[in-house]
Amino acid sequence: MTAPTATAPDEAQPDGGGAAGDGTPAADDAFDRDVLPSPPGATGALLRSLLTPVKARVALTTFLLLLQQAAVQAGPLLVAYAIDHAVPALRADDHGPLIALGAGYLLCSLAAGGLQYAFIATAARVSQDVLLDLRGRIFRHAQALSVDFHERYTSGRLISRSTTDVESLRELLDEGLQELVTVILSFVYIAALLLWLDLGLGGVAVASFVPLYALVRLYQRRAGRAYRQRSTAIAAVIVKFVETMNGIRPVRAFRREAANDADFAVLNRRHERANGDALLEMARYVVGSRLVANAAVAGIVLWGAYRVADGTLALGVLAAAVLYLRRLYDPIDRLGMFLNSYQSAAASLEKIAGLLAQTPSVQEPAAPKELPPLESEHPGREVVFDSVRFAYRTGGEVLPRFDLTIPAGQTVAVVGSTGAGKSTLAKLLARFYDPSDGRVLLDGTDLRDLAVPELRRGVVMVTQEAFLFSGTVAENIAIGRPEATREEIERAAKAIGAHDFIASLPDGYDTDVRKRGGRISAGQRQLVAFARALLADPAVLILDEATSSLDVPGERAVQRAMATVLKGRTAVVIAHRLSTVEIADRVLVMEHGRIVEDGSPDELTAGTGRFAELHRAWRDSLA
Amino acid sequence: MLTTPAPAPDHLAEKRSTVRALLRLWPYVRPVRARLGSAAVIAVLASCVGLVIPLVLKWMVDGPVADRDPSGVWLGALYLLLLGVAEALLFGLRRWLVARPLSAVEAGMRAALYRHLQRLPVAFHDRWASGQLLSRGTTDLMLLRMFLAFPLTFLLVNGVTILVGVGIMLVQDWTLGLVILGPAVPVMITCGIFEKKYSAVARRAQDQVGDLTTVVEESVLGVRIIKGFGRHRSQARAFHELSHTLRGTELRKARLLASIWAVIVTLPEVAIGAALVVGVVQVADGALSAGTLVAFLSTALALRWPVESIGFLLAMSQEAATATDRYFEVMDAEVESDAVAPPGAERPVHRPVHTGSGRLGGLRFESVRFRYPDAPPDSPPLLDRVDLHIRPGESMALVGATGSGKTTLTTLVPRLHEVTDGRITLDGEDITALSREELRAMVAVAFEEPTLFSASVGENVLMGAGDGAGDEELGRALAVAQADFAHALPQGTGTQVGEQGLSLSGGQRQRLALARAVVGRPRFLVLDDPLSALDVHTEAAVEAALRQVLADTTALIVAHRPSTVLLADRVALLSGGRIAAVGTHHELLRTSAEYAHLMSGLDGREDHEGLREGDGR
Repeated sequence: MTAPTATAPDEAQPDGGGAAGDGTPAADDAFDRDVLPSPPGATGALLRSLLTPVKARVALTTFLLLLQQAAVQAGPLLVAYAIDHAVPALRADDHGPLIALGAGYLLCSLAAGGLQYAFIATAARVSQDVLLDLRGRIFRHAQALSVDFHERYTSGRLISRSTTDVESLRELLDEGLQELVTVILSFVYIAALLLWLDLGLGGVAVASFVPLYALVRLYQRRAGRAYRQRSTAIAAVIVKFVETMNGIRPVRAFRREAANDADFAVLNRRHERANGDALLEMARYVVGSRLVANAAVAGIVLWGAYRVADGTLALGVLAAAVLYLRRLYDPIDRLGMFLNSYQSAAASLEKIAGLLAQTPSVQEPAAPKELPPLESEHPGREVVFDSVRFAYRTGGEVLPRFDLTIPAGQTVAVVGSTGAGKSTLAKLLARFYDPSDGRVLLDGTDLRDLAVPELRRGVVMVTQEAFLFSGTVAENIAIGRPEATREEIERAAKAIGAHDFIASLPDGYDTDVRKRGGRISAGQRQLVAFARALLADPAVLILDEATSSLDVPGERAVQRAMATVLKGRTAVVIAHRLSTVEIADRVLVMEHGRIVEDGSPDELTAGTGRFAELHRAWRDSLA
Repeated sequence: MLTTPAPAPDHLAEKRSTVRALLRLWPYVRPVRARLGSAAVIAVLASCVGLVIPLVLKWMVDGPVADRDPSGVWLGALYLLLLGVAEALLFGLRRWLVARPLSAVEAGMRAALYRHLQRLPVAFHDRWASGQLLSRGTTDLMLLRMFLAFPLTFLLVNGVTILVGVGIMLVQDWTLGLVILGPAVPVMITCGIFEKKYSAVARRAQDQVGDLTTVVEESVLGVRIIKGFGRHRSQARAFHELSHTLRGTELRKARLLASIWAVIVTLPEVAIGAALVVGVVQVADGALSAGTLVAFLSTALALRWPVESIGFLLAMSQEAATATDRYFEVMDAEVESDAVAPPGAERPVHRPVHTGSGRLGGLRFESVRFRYPDAPPDSPPLLDRVDLHIRPGESMALVGATGSGKTTLTTLVPRLHEVTDGRITLDGEDITALSREELRAMVAVAFEEPTLFSASVGENVLMGAGDGAGDEELGRALAVAQADFAHALPQGTGTQVGEQGLSLSGGQRQRLALARAVVGRPRFLVLDDPLSALDVHTEAAVEAALRQVLADTTALIVAHRPSTVLLADRVALLSGGRIAAVGTHHELLRTSAEYAHLMSGLDGREDHEGLREGDGR
């Protein structure tokens, strides 16, 4: 049991660059700051493209609101009519104006209510259609973006793009936008009516817009700052929260509770302060705008009353003007709220536009080709790496130019230390990435020419992280081939040695993996992932560290399956454990992105190269 | 596939009345009750000031204007200005009074939630997705703050305003007042019906949003699988269906909202119209002054907003009640009590802690039974009478088939889960007789899934040590775990990692987690498959260094492979929920067919092969 320290290589070096394997050079921190570059005007363009399909309905909505506001704002005008015309007419025993007044008011009330209904219902359709479109776009785009993007854009961000950011746009569309249009329309209507009633009084009212506008601008600037601070603060709170809950076991085991409470208190306090600042800003705005509005009302009444006293203004007109004035200034508070939701929606939309502006580095072919029919009775296909070179888009060459041919039906093991480029090789073959130069060919067809369904009949990859989707175990296996029967699913599970544990679950294959009793260990998840791959029945199978959590019998079962069920298929197996190599026809040793050794296991073991050394260390480890 | 969305555990909460739910907020609101109360009073005042304005108008129209008295007009305008200034200042004062306190209430509730969640049993966290918890800590609390700021105050303020306004109108002219009051009853009935329907649809929409979020989350987390199998179309179909269903529900919600608005807008307008007609007749008859009619209509129009707003204030209260229920669903879950079990008759009394040998020293499992708290009570326990003794300073490997409960057993030692029956002792002391704090200071753990937090590498590792630990301990721990790569990171051990920092490979994270476990030189060490993500060379180097550490540490090591097993002095085989065999690796290879199978992967009849491989060189 000699500790093989002497043979321990200086692996800190390739590993130390660690991130290089993930292609995340520190220079590119657009991702870290959560700001993706988007072409100027992308936000506006996104908004336009979202609204274009619902153009007609937007117009209809505006028209409905136009009518509705007309009906609502007719009220005070009718009051003026009542005082200045109906009363004198009635005194002269003329009931006509009174009847007209009653009918007019009833009509306006009914119209206001009916149009309100039509408006809300139509506006909701517009907003829901836009949201449906946007949600779909984000979802499809996120799915279309290649794996290298996902590796850098953390899942948390992508999830918050499609949830909280869409939500803030929903708030804007549902409440804010209606509010804004209502406010603007009523401003315009009332100002016009006031001017029509009396040019002088109307003029004073319109003049009061100047200080109000200045106030709104001031508020927008100051509140904008407050809200930005608040959203940064809440983001920090969220990160801390999620991290704690996802890592609750280490939190508890290392007694981090008190320290976390203290950290969280700091972040929470920062958010509390920012929140209070934003609310106080709103308070200042309300005071300012109310003062201006009430002063204007007092001024207009003073002047108007003077003129009524003079006899140059009808009493009814003054009454209507006063009623209108109160309505005119009512929505100023609501304008403030609109600005809030607008600001947060604009920030969200910008982030979404940044995401949508990303182009997938792996594109669907414009003119897809089909794989040639299989020549032999074996399902395997030939794989050729033709002068392939790969570098991440952000720089840093990972695989220098190389050529490799894997004949149909061959099982190739790829070994090497972390960061040697094994996973990159696998991902190129699975077309998670496209090569920077050269081609990857499957039976002579470039992978880039294959449509997704055809590609996945050709190549399937099983990775280390065995994620289970919500649903039953059977459904999770069926991802490999959705049309598979229960019998086929069970056969796949049996072949991989997963049947026994699945059968012992509370509801067997129908056990929901997220529900009671659905606890499935890491090793069992990997077995499910294998059954999935088996069911998919691909020509080429790639296993990337896919056995890391399996125990020895589990690993053996997988190897047996490869020797029987998967026989005749082309397979590329990446593993730390050299046990896998036993079933391989051929071994590739990679180092710093290069294939340094290539041969049959026996040849390499017998030699004096790195593999022989690795193999000796491994035999030693079996003791 | 993927069409069975996991329903939020929300449904468990029985439907409580809105008011009762909201009353539970009182303890959090209590500290700011004075400010909140004054704010409400001020809001009522401000609102009443608004109602006085039409009366001043009436006085002006009937008095100075009719009398053509300019000084009277000035006086009236001055009153109006003063009232206006007062109204503006009072409204501002109200907001100013509550701005900081309400943020404090929100922050206080969030801190309480976070505190509580950190202390809830791990079993609770197994059941609840972090997203569900997060939405309670963010959106729901924001809703509650908004409820305290607006609906709570304004339901009161608007109620008072309406009463006062109606009072003023009745005093001025009771026939007109009654005409205005006419629609009150139908509007209230409609609101009642609406609230019930709306809350059902709103809840459905909330749940559907949750389902949609689940699909989004899974399609992001499982993107390699979806791409690897080319299943993005079926994923997109599931998403498409759910988002269309959600759209339907949202539209239904909008139609309900539109109906209530239509009723709330139409009925009062009709009443005002009727009042106007009646008023005109009365003015024409000379029974009513023009000023009174103007004042009356101004008052009626001033009441329009308070009446209209009641609909959405009720809707907001409804949502706040749901949010309160959701919040307390978590807060009502019981935390692990940290009361130390009384040293009862059957429990050993506290004895001076000694690491010496003796029959009771080391880590002992005595008849330990365990069943997950959410497992059906009639199901067989996962661990059934586990008896195991790890002597002081000894390291024990734990081997068992996939799913045999090895990981579960390791979580029992630091009391992440509580044993259902039986007991575990550390150097003779029952772990339930220690506070969790003490216990976890004694036992260090490295988990199968190596989680790093958003902090520097150094901070992440030093979490495992006491307060005094510094660079020296850090360096030693990194050396043991072969994690010297940390020094070569951009900012060395000060480099930020975790969700917000540099992403490290699985092997790198595993080594840092290992360093974290050994940095505090714990007396007891629990390692769950600590080397699974390492390549052969690194594994060998870690093993060599780890042997030094293990020499004087009592350790339990979950192992899948012979190489890991050989770190330990002895091996225990976990099978059928109990310890089936204990011995050295070589002993067990000879005596236990199951063990030989687990270590070699060969069936019993191929034992010779297994033995040969096991005996190695």
